Amino acid sequence: MSVKLDFSVLLRDEYPRMILNGLATMFELTALAWLLAVVVGTILAMIRMSNSRIAQAFVATYVEVHQNVPMLVQIFIWYFGIPALLPKDVQHWFNTHNSEFLFAFIAVGLCAAAYISESLRGGIRSIPKSQVEASRALGLSFLQSSRLVVLPQAIRIALPTLISHTVLLFKNTSLAMTIGVAELTYATREIESQSFQTVEVYLFSTMAYLMVSLLIMGAGTMLEDRYRIKAR
Amino acid sequence: MGDVFTILRDNWMLLLIGQYPTGPLGGLAITVLLSLLGLLLAFPLSVCIAVARTSPFAWLRRSAMALIYVVRGVPLVMFIFWVYFFVPLLIGRTVGGFTTMVVTLVIYQAAYLAEIVRAGLEGLPQGQEEAARAVGLSYMQTMTKVLLPQALYNMVPAMISQFVSTIKETSLGYVISVNELTFAANQINSTLLTKPFQVYFILAAIYFALCFSLTQFARHMEGRIAAKRAGTAKSKAASAHTNAKVLPAA
Repeated sequence: MSVKLDFSVLLRDEYPRMILNGLATMFELTALAWLLAVVVGTILAMIRMSNSRIAQAFVATYVEVHQNVPMLVQIFIWYFGIPALLPKDVQHWFNTHNSEFLFAFIAVGLCAAAYISESLRGGIRSIPKSQVEASRALGLSFLQSSRLVVLPQAIRIALPTLISHTVLLFKNTSLAMTIGVAELTYATREIESQSFQTVEVYLFSTMAYLMVSLLIMGAGTMLEDRYRIKAR
Repeated sequence: MGDVFTILRDNWMLLLIGQYPTGPLGGLAITVLLSLLGLLLAFPLSVCIAVARTSPFAWLRRSAMALIYVVRGVPLVMFIFWVYFFVPLLIGRTVGGFTTMVVTLVIYQAAYLAEIVRAGLEGLPQGQEEAARAVGLSYMQTMTKVLLPQALYNMVPAMISQFVSTIKETSLGYVISVNELTFAANQINSTLLTKPFQVYFILAAIYFALCFSLTQFARHMEGRIAAKRAGTAKSKAASAHTNAKVLPAA
C-alpha cells in the first residue's frame, strides 16, 4: 500500500466550490442551531425552576425524550414525519424554502436545547437558596436577583458542560447529511465518490472538523479562565 | 393512533429481529448486539487508555490525550467512513457493515470510556495509592488490585449512561446500511410510503423505552453507590461522576 497524498485534488473542477459550500452550510447550521438551543434551553431551565408541577413535568419529559432518542431518529422524525402532519400549504412552504436545512436546524437545535437546559439547571441548583432570599430581602426584584446574582454564578458553574454540548451540537450537524443537507460531510462523500481520492478528501474534512472542535474547546477554556472567581 | 398499532402488528418481527429465520438477523436484536459488543470490546482498551492518561510518562499521557481529543472533536459519521474505507485496505479484504460498525464503536467508545475511568481513578482519595505503595505493592499491583477495582465500581452508573450513548450511536449504522433498528424502520417506511410519522414515532418509542429504562437504572445505581460510600469514606466519587458526564457522546 503506497501512501502518496495529493491534495491538489481538492482544487480541481467543481470541488473547491463544493467544499466551501459545505463549510459554509456547516457553520450556518451550527450557529443557527446553537442559537435555537440556547434560547429554548434557557426558557426550559426557567420553566423547570418555576413552582408549577405541571410545567416541571413537561420540561422533564422534554429532556428525557430528547436525551433518550438517537439524534438521527429525531432528524428523521422532523424531516420525514412532521411534514406529513402539517397542512398542505405549510408543507409547500417548507418544500420551497430548503426544507432539509430547516428541519435539520430544528432537530439539532431542539435536541441540544434539552442538554443545555439540564446543564443550566445544574448550575442554578448549585447556587444556595439563601442567596436568592438575601437578594430579595435587599429589595431586588425576581428578575434582578436572577440576572445579577444567580445567573452570573450559575453560568460559571455550567460553563464546562455548556461547551462540551456546543461541541456535541457541532458534531451532530454532520448527521444532516442523511437527509441531503449539503454540509461538509455530504460534500466530502460527493467528492470522494467522484474523484476516488479517498484519503485526501477524508483527511481534509476530518482535520476541518477537528480544528473547529478544538477551537470551540479552546475558546471555552479561555472563557472559563476569564470568568473564574479568583481564590484569595 | 390506530395506524401505529396496525404498523406494529404487521412489522413487529422485522423491527425485533429483521428477516431472521429466512434472512439475516436485524432490527433491535442487531442494535443491542452492536452496542453490547462495542462497549464490551471497548472496555479493556479504555482501561489501558485511562491508565496511560494518568501514567507517570509524559509521552504516554500525551498520546492518550491526543487520541481522546481526536475522538471528541470528530463526528462519529466521519469515523464510520474512515473505518469503512480503511479497514479493507489494512487487512486486504472487504468487511461487512456490521464489523465496520463494531470497529468504529470500539474506537469511539474506548476514548469516552477512558475519560470515565480516569475520572474514577482521580476521584479516589490520594491515600489509597500511597497506602498501597507503602505496604510494598508495585505500580501494576496498586493499579490492578487497589485502584481500578474501586474506580470501576464507582463508575458503574456512568458506564450504563455510556451504554445508552452506544445504543444511540448504533443508529448511525444506517448510513452504511447496517441492518439495525433504524434501517428496519426505514424499510417499513419505504414499503408503506404514506405513514412516515407513525413509523418514525414507533422507532423513537422503541429507542426511548430501551434507553430511558437504562438511564433510570443508572440513576438507581448511582443512589445506591453513593449511599454505600457515604458509610465508608468521604470520597470524591460523586463529583468524579459529574466530571465524566461532561463528555457525553452523540
